[in-house]
Formats: sequence, C-alpha cells, structure tokens
Amino acid sequence: MEDIKALYDAILTGQEKVAREVTEKALAAGVEPLKLVNEYMVPAMDEVGRRFECNEYFVPELLISARAMKSALELIRPLLAAKGAQPVGRVVIGTVKGDLHDIGKNLVAAMLEGGGFEVIDLGVNVTPEKFVETVKQKNANVVAMSALLTTTMPAMRATIEALKNAGIRRQVKVIIGGAPITQKYADEIGADGYGESAPSAVTLAKKQLAATA
Amino acid sequence: MNKSMADLLARAPVITDGAWGTELQARGLPPGEIPDVWNLTNPDKVIAVARAYVEAGSQVILTNTFGANRFRLAGHSLEHKLAEINRTGVQLSREAAGSSALVFASIGPTGRLLMDGSVTEDDLRAAFSEQAEAIASASPDAIVIETMSDLGEATIAIKTAKATGLPVVACVVFDSGANKDRTMMGVTPEQAAAELSEAGADIIGANCGTGIERYVQVCHRLRTATNRPLWMKPNAGLPRLVAGRPVYDTTPEQFAGVAPALVDAGAAFVGGCCGTNPDFIRALRARLKGGT
Repeated sequence: MEDIKALYDAILTGQEKVAREVTEKALAAGVEPLKLVNEYMVPAMDEVGRRFECNEYFVPELLISARAMKSALELIRPLLAAKGAQPVGRVVIGTVKGDLHDIGKNLVAAMLEGGGFEVIDLGVNVTPEKFVETVKQKNANVVAMSALLTTTMPAMRATIEALKNAGIRRQVKVIIGGAPITQKYADEIGADGYGESAPSAVTLAKKQLAATA
Repeated sequence: MNKSMADLLARAPVITDGAWGTELQARGLPPGEIPDVWNLTNPDKVIAVARAYVEAGSQVILTNTFGANRFRLAGHSLEHKLAEINRTGVQLSREAAGSSALVFASIGPTGRLLMDGSVTEDDLRAAFSEQAEAIASASPDAIVIETMSDLGEATIAIKTAKATGLPVVACVVFDSGANKDRTMMGVTPEQAAAELSEAGADIIGANCGTGIERYVQVCHRLRTATNRPLWMKPNAGLPRLVAGRPVYDTTPEQFAGVAPALVDAGAAFVGGCCGTNPDFIRALRARLKGGT
C-alpha cells in the first residue's frame, strides 16, 4: 500500500502531523495496527538510530522523530491493548541518586518510547529505593539508569544491590549509560548492558529482553 | 564594546583562565556539591582559585557562577540564594583580580532542552534575566555565556545578558559529529558564528570540546563567518577514566604548544577548560607573551 510508506518517511523526517494523519487513514482503511508498527514505524526509528550513529542525524532530529513516532503510537496503542497485546517492555528509567542531569536520560526515554516500550520516567536524583518500589509497583522488566558524573556512578551499583536485596534482580534487565560509563564499568557492577547512545539503548533493551524470552 | 575591552583587545592575544570545578575540588569541594554555593560557604577557597589564575598570568578571569541559574540551584534547594551567589561570585573574582585582570562573569546552560519540551523560551528568558541581572549588580567587566550546545538557548541568554548593558562573550561546545566539529545539536562553527553574532554577542567562540588541536580548525571556521573577536577555551584533550576518575593526558607544554596555531587562526582570547589549571595558564603566558 503506497500511502503507508508515507508513515515511514514521516517518522524518519520527524513530521508529527503527517505521521498521525497517515496512521489514522491506514487504521480507518482497516490496516492491522501491528503491521503499521512492525513494518513501517519500527524500521523508521531503526533508520533514525542508524543515521544518528553515523553522524548524519543529531539530537534535534532524534527528538522530532521520536515525537512523531510517539504521536502515531498513541493512536495505535489502545487498539493493541484491546487485543491484549503487551508493550515491547516496561522500563523504569531515571538519573541516579545525587545526579541532576537529565538531557541524556530524556533522550533515552524518548527513544525507548519510540521503540515501543512503556516508559516510567522517575526523573533525576532517583534513590535505589525509588527504583525498587517502582519496579514492584509497575511490574517493570527493564531498569535504565543514567549518570553524567563520575562521582554519582557508584549509585548505579547501589541500585543493583537494592534490586537484589528486594529479591527482584532477576525480574529485570538493568541497562546503564551516561558520559563516564563504559562496558567495563557495567560488567564490574553486574549490569546487564551498557548503551553508548540513545538509539543503542533501544537495541540493547530489546536484545536483553529477547535473551530472557 | 567599552573602553576597557578595547584596551584589552589592543593587547591581544589575551590570556584568560582555566578550569574552576576541579580546582575547587582540589581545595575540598565534595563531589556532587554545586561549586557555586562555595561563594557563600567557602569564599576564601573561591578567591584562592581566582588568585591562582591571576598569579599564573590570566588577564581575564571568570567567576564561580557557571551553574547559578534557577534550574540548577533548585536541584540543590538553593534557588532562594541565587542573587547572593551570583553577586558574591563576581565580588570574589574582583577581589582576586585587583588591577591585574578583568572579571568576566560566567553563565552556563540551564541543563534543559527547549526541543524536548521540558522548558519554554519564556522559562529560559526569565532564568537568564534573573542571573544576568544579579551578576550585573556586582559590575563585572563582561558576561560570558559558555558551554552552550543549542543556539536557541544561547540566543536567549545573549539577549538577556546584553540587556544589562555589559559586553557579552558567547561560546559553544563542539564535541559531536564524525570530526567533532558540531555541537550536540548538530550546529556547525559557521552557523554558530553567524547566529551568535546576529543575537548580539560582542565576542564569539568555543569552549570545552575534545582538545585544543581540533579547535584550531574550528577557530578558522568561526573566523570565516564572523568579524567579532574570537574566544577559545579548549579542554586538555579527552579524559581517560582511571579508577572512575577522569584523567587528562595533555600537558601544559603540549597545550601551550598548539596555542600559537589558535592565535594564527584568529583567536583573540585564549584559555582552557576541563583538565586545565594554573600551570596551563603559566605555559600559555610564556608561549604567547614571551614569559612577561
């Protein structure tokens, strides 16, 4: 169907209004909601991520594409829910205790939402207890932590310990990121993965969940 | 541009200062504490940093007010002290500078993005006005809007700073893209120079980034797009993490060795950002001013 391809283009170029319009039309014409997501929207966001990784796209392009994706998804999500379909995953995200930087975390949250995850954003300066409490309450399966400061990185380890102590460490995949974070650090503290950029966080979260399934 | 600024530029290249945060940490600032609050709680330590730069040969020093905007201070429950922190920051640098250096007051980004909807232009305008007015009440020689990535935010900051009547320096961070010659938002040196000039900045430049070598080319490109004096304050390279702490490998001599190329590329003001300290300023001074 020629005009659904416009949905891919609208997301790739961050045209929120067009993305919504095409989605509405396609749904009205009886196109399967899942087909829209899997064949047009997710591939568009994958391409956005690829362009970001190879320096063709920058933060503004990421943000407008994620916004277009989110907007189209809002039309589709109720239909999927009515059919009993679950989101790709449920992520509790936050910048760790003592750290007040939220730009990176917000980018990751936007990309995860664009990637079809349900995102519960706890904001900045999030205590280990708050992460634990929210994972339990929302029955989340991914915890995403951000830190910009070398001095707040240890709060990531503390949060992982708190998840263990609460007996829910196995229920969640823990992914971490932020300027000072490395794969080595992720291994050291027992995180499940490290994402170097906002788009890579989405790939990482999906890969981690697939490994469980 | 006022007379003291014109006098200063007549003696270009002008040596500015280096990093403040790490210098304050070396004097006991606890990790995670916002440095700006030390203007009130440890003024002697703040003066010591400023004095170290003046003694090293800085002709312009900045102020410990980089993060003293309402958004960052609110994160530390200090927003009610905003005016006092900014005013005192200027006074402390002035006391250290005496008649040996000029004082340019620092204003950093808010840490919010216009584009993700977490803040509006009006919010930013109110925040920058509030900080610029507090700073201006203590009469610095100029205001430096620094470490900007988004030209939208930088433009608002420049306009509010200009409204105080003080000369305004505006500089952005080029640390992204394949050649590390774009800001996080994808802005090129040419775009930055044109838009910051258009917004009314008297002096334009770049700070932070990924090291002094890459900033030589950035400086060239800024030069082609504006006739304003250029301000360059690069990092001492990119940090390596050693036991969770950032370590910068560039030495003061290596840094100063590249400085003449920066001046040739058009820089009128030269100093350092993350990873630099008074030794870097001493080396710059020796290299660019023949040790006088």
